[in-house]
Amino acid sequence: MFEYCSDPSALDGARWLSCYLTNGVHLRFYSSFGTVLLLLAITAPLALAFGFLGAAASRSSVAPLRWAGKTYTAMVRGVPDIVFFLFFVIALDQAFEWMRHQALCPGWDAPIRQGAEFNVCPEAKLPRSSAPQAWHEAYNFSLAIVTFAIVFGAFAANVLYGAMRAVPRAQMETAAAYGMTERQAFRRILVPQMWVYALPGLSNLWMILIKATPLLFLLGVEDIVYWAREIGGSKTSAFSYPHPDWRIWYFSGLLVFYLIFTKISEIVLAQLTARLSAGQATAEGERLRRAAPAGPAA
Amino acid sequence: MKTLLLAAAAATLATSAMAQDVVRMGTEGAYPPYNFINDDGEIDGFEREVGDELCTRAELTCEWVSNDWDSIIPNLTSGNYDTIIAGMSITAERDEVIDFTDPYFPPAASAYASTMDMDPMSADAVVAAQTNTIQAAHVAESGATLLEFATPDEAVAAVRNGEADAIFADKDFLVPIVDEDSDMSFVGEDVALGDGIGIGLRESDDELEATFNEAIASMKEDGTLNTMITEWFGEDAITFE
Repeated sequence: MFEYCSDPSALDGARWLSCYLTNGVHLRFYSSFGTVLLLLAITAPLALAFGFLGAAASRSSVAPLRWAGKTYTAMVRGVPDIVFFLFFVIALDQAFEWMRHQALCPGWDAPIRQGAEFNVCPEAKLPRSSAPQAWHEAYNFSLAIVTFAIVFGAFAANVLYGAMRAVPRAQMETAAAYGMTERQAFRRILVPQMWVYALPGLSNLWMILIKATPLLFLLGVEDIVYWAREIGGSKTSAFSYPHPDWRIWYFSGLLVFYLIFTKISEIVLAQLTARLSAGQATAEGERLRRAAPAGPAA
Repeated sequence: MKTLLLAAAAATLATSAMAQDVVRMGTEGAYPPYNFINDDGEIDGFEREVGDELCTRAELTCEWVSNDWDSIIPNLTSGNYDTIIAGMSITAERDEVIDFTDPYFPPAASAYASTMDMDPMSADAVVAAQTNTIQAAHVAESGATLLEFATPDEAVAAVRNGEADAIFADKDFLVPIVDEDSDMSFVGEDVALGDGIGIGLRESDDELEATFNEAIASMKEDGTLNTMITEWFGEDAITFE
């Protein structure tokens, strides 16, 4: 990075540290924070969508849809995350490759399964083995997002299902009295009102999701915890920057990162709660109504 | 889901132009001097040098991938990469699941290192080793209490902080650690384990196995392999005859 870094063994003090903290592994460490934030930014809305569909399906009047919704939430919530991450992702990956194999290599006669091996034709590999490493990483990252979304979607489905039932029945009856169909009432009355009941549960899920990212490494995605462990471990003079076991400093750094991140989340969630409570038939909604300056209701 | 499909579609497009076969080399990246992630964030070490030379000789394009030791065999059999070149000793148990090439590193000694004077074979000794290694299996059989760690570095740290009495690992891995830490020294006898280190391959990949065997033989013949061994492991390292 800096010009004087060409011979690290001749450096000491602040200069050594500035070179050390800007070497290749550290840059990869810093960029892994971006990976984690990107994962959260994509996973959270996706998991919420899965959860919404699951919850809507669970309270559907169509029986097969209801069964599907209930099975999804019950099964995924019952399986430990780590099992899900080890088993499901490999199954998902192999399912994609199997489908591509059927489509792309009709003349292939060697068996796909040979003992523990899974051998599809080279054209069906996802990504192709000749693809640059970046594509392999992008693919693993996508698998990670889908898996996180399915797991957290199941929990979100349960939270939203409960929130939908918490909306006062009188609200729905009033909607019916105004002549709304069931669908209209769902869209106009139930959904806008349920969020305030869902928020405490969803905010818990968000906090757990933030801290679940080390599971990424099971999928070959190098996250911040992996790099902290890798870089912090003691390094002999085979490395340009030898040092003893410094994992405590790296993990302390992560601790600060996570604390700041969860603190920001809490502030944002508190504001969101206040916003969603406005005009609601809840204690918080009532408090806001009384606190507001007198005048025509907004 | 959309991202996934996009990534998959783009991957297909990007690769259809490249015709040449790529061999993906899987390694752990946490076992210096065999393999490690260097300060530039790239895979480095004895095995990187040997692997690149083998690929040049066999006229293969090779791509390096790092993978957790625990799942290194399952990811080979499910096809995420094509070889394991990670200081993996050839043993009968592993040979049932995967195939090995001829060894590119002779059977080497494993050793105990500790911060105190102790007998690593005694029943009340607590010995740290990396999980799923021949060293872990050996400790389990020796009568000492085995303490397993996911990475070799964590096993060393366990000895330093007193959680374990000694570590049992490849001597070549321990030498630089013992040299640079005045508290640590070798204890007990060295033990010869395994049948040397070979490249792990899927059992169905006979063609690749033959290619690598040929390249390894040529490197043994002209002495380049021995030169690399002494370069990375010192003058005293065991070389091929």
